[in-house]
Amino acid sequence: MTWLWSNLDLVGELTLVHLALSVPAIILSFVISVPIGWLAHRYRWSRGVLLSLCALLYAIPSLALFVALPPITGLALRSPVNLVIALTLYGIAVIVRTAADAFDAVEPDVRQSATAIGYSAAGRFWGVELPLAGPVLLSGLRVVVVSTVSLATVGAVIGVESLGSLFTDGFQRGIQAEILTGIVATIVLALVLDWLCVVGGRLLMPWSRADAATSRARLSTPVKQADTV
Amino acid sequence: MNLFIDAIAWILDPANWSGPGSIPQRIWEHVWITAVVLLIASAIALPTGALIGHTGRGREPAVRISGGLRALPTLGVLTLFGIWIGIGLAAPIIALVILAIPPLLAGAYAGFESVDRRTIDAARAVGMRESQIVGRVELPLGMPIVVGGIRSATLQIIATATLAAYIADDGLGRFIFAGLKTRDYAEMLGGSILVILLALVADGILALTQRRVVPAGVRASRITDLRSRPTRSRAVVGQPIHEGNPE
Repeated sequence: MTWLWSNLDLVGELTLVHLALSVPAIILSFVISVPIGWLAHRYRWSRGVLLSLCALLYAIPSLALFVALPPITGLALRSPVNLVIALTLYGIAVIVRTAADAFDAVEPDVRQSATAIGYSAAGRFWGVELPLAGPVLLSGLRVVVVSTVSLATVGAVIGVESLGSLFTDGFQRGIQAEILTGIVATIVLALVLDWLCVVGGRLLMPWSRADAATSRARLSTPVKQADTV
Repeated sequence: MNLFIDAIAWILDPANWSGPGSIPQRIWEHVWITAVVLLIASAIALPTGALIGHTGRGREPAVRISGGLRALPTLGVLTLFGIWIGIGLAAPIIALVILAIPPLLAGAYAGFESVDRRTIDAARAVGMRESQIVGRVELPLGMPIVVGGIRSATLQIIATATLAAYIADDGLGRFIFAGLKTRDYAEMLGGSILVILLALVADGILALTQRRVVPAGVRASRITDLRSRPTRSRAVVGQPIHEGNPE
């Protein structure tokens, strides 16, 4: 605790740096993934290719990706942009899959009805498919928020400053409190961003709460039947 | 691109293939650590997850724990155990086990939970014992998802074991940290390429396994499902219909 009080400035500063690394990566990966996920949903041939590419990307260990990117992008290893690109790639690998599933989950009946009452393809996407896919997209975004904030700390070992610097510095100097502070700060930051996503989702999609309640009721009924036997 | 040529030259250099800290030794260490951690974590997480999925009890805390552990920064856990236990293999192995539990647990309970409740009721109705239901109905049907959990846990372990070289003198991550210290980009990139190859090979093997463990009956029904899927089939077959009486 004493360590924390005497280093509050440092923790605050690193939290801001950490935000500057993870928030752009989260937003970029979401904006890039939704159209790719829609493509994977829309055309059968692209589905296999796109989802396999994402699975491959997801399989690459983070530290190895951080090292392998600079020769391709021409950036310096210690450049924060390098880290943001890597985090964005991981985010894309997660959200594209969720987005494809989210668009798949839109009832064909609903889609056909929308076409029948005169929606154009673009209008149907913005007015029908995207809002209905919203709750699932949000769940994918929340996974990415938590994993990106956690993953950004890894950059510290190659020299990109973030809350992860508390781990490397604490380890080298043997300060346990510093590492613990870093862990707690990272988790709190992830939870706060996650909570912001939930609140944002409720404001943008007021219907999703009622929806979640009914789907939970629907899911739990058969389970209860099994229990009473 | 020149750097990649240098890295491949570094990988192919015979000097790096023998002696202490050679490429084969590092690969072996990496695979060995991954296997040990996977075994320990599976022994803890898979039975627990199966129990949760089978009984449906303790689901909420399991979801919360596996979700919460996911937010745990791997590097923080590694360095913390590194300080507590000291240099050596014990610290990274304990840290890696903790980090591998969430995906395994999630895969196990999701797999057991995914089995249609009516199938389980049917199994009970034809007189199967509880142990038979678990071993011969739920396990085979949930297996693809359980293996999916093992797959993501394995990838996580391989990735984090790379990072573990920061606190221990083991695994392919050594090349990355050694290269970082001596500013030898060829070694760093060479080490990275080897880790990526290892991860992709492991992922490929487990992806094939995941496909293999789909029971023949399920696979057959899935194929017919794809060809002629009436738009309302699931609503009619799968759930009671509530027409006109919203709950």
